[in-house]
Amino acid sequence: MSAVLFFIASIGALAGAIGVVMVRNPFYSVLSLVGHLICLAALFLLLRAEFAAAAQVVVYAGAVMVLYVFVVAYIGGQDEPLSQVGGALKVVGPLFALALAVELCIALLGTGLKGISGKGAPYVLGFGTPKEIGRLFLTSYLFPFEVASLLLLVAAIGAVVLARRRRGLPEDEEDEPQAPIIRPQYTGTMAEAAGVRPGFGTDPAASEPQRAATPATTSEGGW
Amino acid sequence: MPIGWYLVVSALIFCIGAAGVLTRPNPLVILLCLELMLNAANLALVAFSRMWGNQAGQIFALVVMVVAACEVTVGLGLIVAIYRRHLAINVDELNELRG
Repeated sequence: MSAVLFFIASIGALAGAIGVVMVRNPFYSVLSLVGHLICLAALFLLLRAEFAAAAQVVVYAGAVMVLYVFVVAYIGGQDEPLSQVGGALKVVGPLFALALAVELCIALLGTGLKGISGKGAPYVLGFGTPKEIGRLFLTSYLFPFEVASLLLLVAAIGAVVLARRRRGLPEDEEDEPQAPIIRPQYTGTMAEAAGVRPGFGTDPAASEPQRAATPATTSEGGW
Repeated sequence: MPIGWYLVVSALIFCIGAAGVLTRPNPLVILLCLELMLNAANLALVAFSRMWGNQAGQIFALVVMVVAACEVTVGLGLIVAIYRRHLAINVDELNELRG
């Protein structure tokens, strides 16, 4: 039973990985990676790493992939032509990966590790459960835990600093189209309802009748 | 299943990710392929953790997940910043630092 599950999950993981690399549209690459991650979580479960599998599904396939999908939707996931500049690397890259695969397989076949052909250490109760992982994180591995939290904080601040709008850049108008909203006078804003009417107010500029049709008035009355 | 099979799957996923990093021009897809490589390393770590009956490998895999999340956050922030400046989203053309 575990062999069948292993083959299903590993074939799914490999197909997802190939899909990430081969598919032209980045959006489908992200979706393929989600499938790959879920298959990998199944492999983690077969290896009795329950908490790691749950974290894989929740953090990776849930949160990080949503971030990817948002960025792909923001910058526009257009198809890209596969044949572009860098023709030499297009040939050398897969050859390098193939050589790496052959080398790793040779290393795995000729390994001196005895346990690699066995099914692993005998199972002790509680191996890989959240309780055990949490106990280890707060006792033996407290320092990596704290460093990881600090790293997350730094990454969050760094992302905000990197992706914010810069002041020196010209404003791009196509980002926020502002169509002028045509509406009759005295029908929209609280400023008009409160008596700040053109003609009655103290502001002489407010007496222009076309002022109510401009978007400046609608944004001004937003209090 | 013997542990060696998991390591073979991990090695194959790593090589697919490396091929993607080397061949694709889109930085978004390069980040995805980096995720593939990190996940292959995670699978190997968890497999060795099972082999020795030691949970330190799973702790290491979780820390790798945290590092991957940070890398993704900063990388996507960079991509959004590149897009804001109306530059091409292509690593073959983004080859100078003073953009």
